[in-house]
Amino acid sequence: MNEFWLHPSLLLLLGAAVLPLLPQALRKFWLLAVPAGVLVLVLNMPMGEFGSVRFLDWTLEFGRVDAVSRVFAIIMALMCLLGTLYALKVENTGEHVAAWTYVAGSLGVIFAGDLLVLFLFWELMALSSVFLIWARRTPESLAAGFRYLLVHTAGGVILLAGIVLYGAGQGGDFSFNAFSPADPSLAVWLILVGFLLNAAVPPLHAWLPDAYPAATFSGSVFLSAFTTKTAVYALCRGFAGFEILIVLGVIMALYGVVYAFLTNDPRRLLSYHIVSQVGFMVAGVGIGTAMAINGTIAHAFAHILYKGLLFMGAGTVLFMTGKSKFTELGGLYAKMPWTMFFTLVGGLSISAFPFFSGFISKSMTIGAGYEAHHYWAVYLLMLASVGTFLSIGLKLIYFIWFGERRAGAETWNKAADPGWNMTAAMGATAFLCFFMGIFPASLYQLLPYAVDYQPYTSYHLSETLLLLLSAALGFALLRKKLTPNEAVTLDLDRFYRVGGRALVRFTQAPLQAVDRFWAALHEKGGILPLMRSALALAVFDNRVIDGAVDGAAHGVRGLGWRLRLLQRGSLQQNLTFVFAAVAVMLLMFFLFA
Amino acid sequence: MILLRIIEGLRAHSGTLLKAGWGMLALFVVLDALPFLVDKSEAHTAVERLPGFWAFYGLAASFLLLIFAKTAGRLGIQQGKDKCDE
Repeated sequence: MNEFWLHPSLLLLLGAAVLPLLPQALRKFWLLAVPAGVLVLVLNMPMGEFGSVRFLDWTLEFGRVDAVSRVFAIIMALMCLLGTLYALKVENTGEHVAAWTYVAGSLGVIFAGDLLVLFLFWELMALSSVFLIWARRTPESLAAGFRYLLVHTAGGVILLAGIVLYGAGQGGDFSFNAFSPADPSLAVWLILVGFLLNAAVPPLHAWLPDAYPAATFSGSVFLSAFTTKTAVYALCRGFAGFEILIVLGVIMALYGVVYAFLTNDPRRLLSYHIVSQVGFMVAGVGIGTAMAINGTIAHAFAHILYKGLLFMGAGTVLFMTGKSKFTELGGLYAKMPWTMFFTLVGGLSISAFPFFSGFISKSMTIGAGYEAHHYWAVYLLMLASVGTFLSIGLKLIYFIWFGERRAGAETWNKAADPGWNMTAAMGATAFLCFFMGIFPASLYQLLPYAVDYQPYTSYHLSETLLLLLSAALGFALLRKKLTPNEAVTLDLDRFYRVGGRALVRFTQAPLQAVDRFWAALHEKGGILPLMRSALALAVFDNRVIDGAVDGAAHGVRGLGWRLRLLQRGSLQQNLTFVFAAVAVMLLMFFLFA
Repeated sequence: MILLRIIEGLRAHSGTLLKAGWGMLALFVVLDALPFLVDKSEAHTAVERLPGFWAFYGLAASFLLLIFAKTAGRLGIQQGKDKCDE
């Protein structure tokens, strides 16, 4: 180490390890103190390279602090604090431990200076985050968690294969720096696939809308922030300027929007919008200019906050009412006004409404697309923006809070604003969304490249207001067509879910029949003849072998008995018998030799 | 709570609200056409310089996305129940 440097992941992991041992009275303090300490640590972290450890033939680097890693670390630490505040009253300590371990994994990836350390923390994220899904303890969450784990394990194997091949090609140098877009090797493509899976890029995205809605109400707040945005960090670091990412980003942005129109579950809708919003970031990485990377990072920062806020709002509805379908909600504004207000702020932020965070972040990526002359991509991203406003700013808000009341009497009676901690978490997050929208410099000063961008121009304001107002009027005209129904949406996870069921059926029916036949054949053709032959051999051994041996022994004993009678008690007589016997033996020897 | 009274008032006059929305859109289109208010030199393509281009784009995008999503739903993305969980 160059100097003393405390890794924020270590602080979180130690905090998580101590948490279950603390008395109940101290836990809430600890739950706020540790993430607050991590945030302070990250905010005051000096730039440089720290935490170098010699391991076998490699030097592992745990602490690369630069402008890119610092801004991501700040938002991750901030979200950890807000998420923990939101989940403060969750009694399941294991869920807090899982959440902090998950954040520790994310921070570990962000500060990793080489691909080996990155992989270590990458897998820590996957293994810990699954417990946020399982903690809901429903059959659906259990199954979704296993699918999540299997998909991420497969992604991890691909990533590891890429890292090993890359390291071998570099003579054992695993440093994690920008890969060249010109003629990338197989190893680089494999690493890219590993990153794209965590960024939920179609067709590798289906794990996200499958798993996130299945998590606990507070677990999904954490999940919404860390996995995909850590992958965006990794893409920013390694794959800036890979133009295929522009195409994939645009596909993501539109794919998520289309599915969001169809889904009946608010948290599933938000999950599809993670896919869509991360699409803007992936496209920004693909554009690869300084402004595009700034835009990607700014949008990741803003997105973590407003998407966390939206998941908090939807999670609060689930927590308070027990319902997670639009068709079981509606008209709740009168019962949960603060939650409605904060969700509305999240909806306006993601829709890039002026004076909210999305307005100052998303437009930077769009502007970078214009500057790089990717007009087709920009127009399609603007199309996705309209879809975002329609499905979150309008559909989600309308059908939970303002639309026809579809909630039953029990749901209605249970609906209320949540406890102080959840309200405070939503309030603080909403404030940050608004603050960044009003004071863009507060975000722009954190970005890695010098910012020469002004979001509040007359043209940008006019463009945005026309786009959003016309989309709102479009929603008013199309509202009935957008009314959610009980139908479920099928996505690409269907392939491995159906494939998995087919595998189970195959193992239960034909494979098991083959196994039974083989067992019967083995018993009748192998075991039974073997037992019979063993029995026959036992009889032969008993009667023939043992008989012969026993008979010989019996004869020897009789001979011994007779020889004993030759003893006369007189030395002379005994010597006479001995000499006579020796003489007979000598005679026989000479006669027959 | 003032917010609740505002929402209830808006809900009670949803028809008027919709008309006001169209009126506001028309106003913004007019403002968009005034060069001393909206600096179109920032526009990157020729079509963006047309007055109210983004209003047209927003409305068209709304219809296009909805039609596309509904069509995809009818083609099999949406089903009555998830057969995977049976």
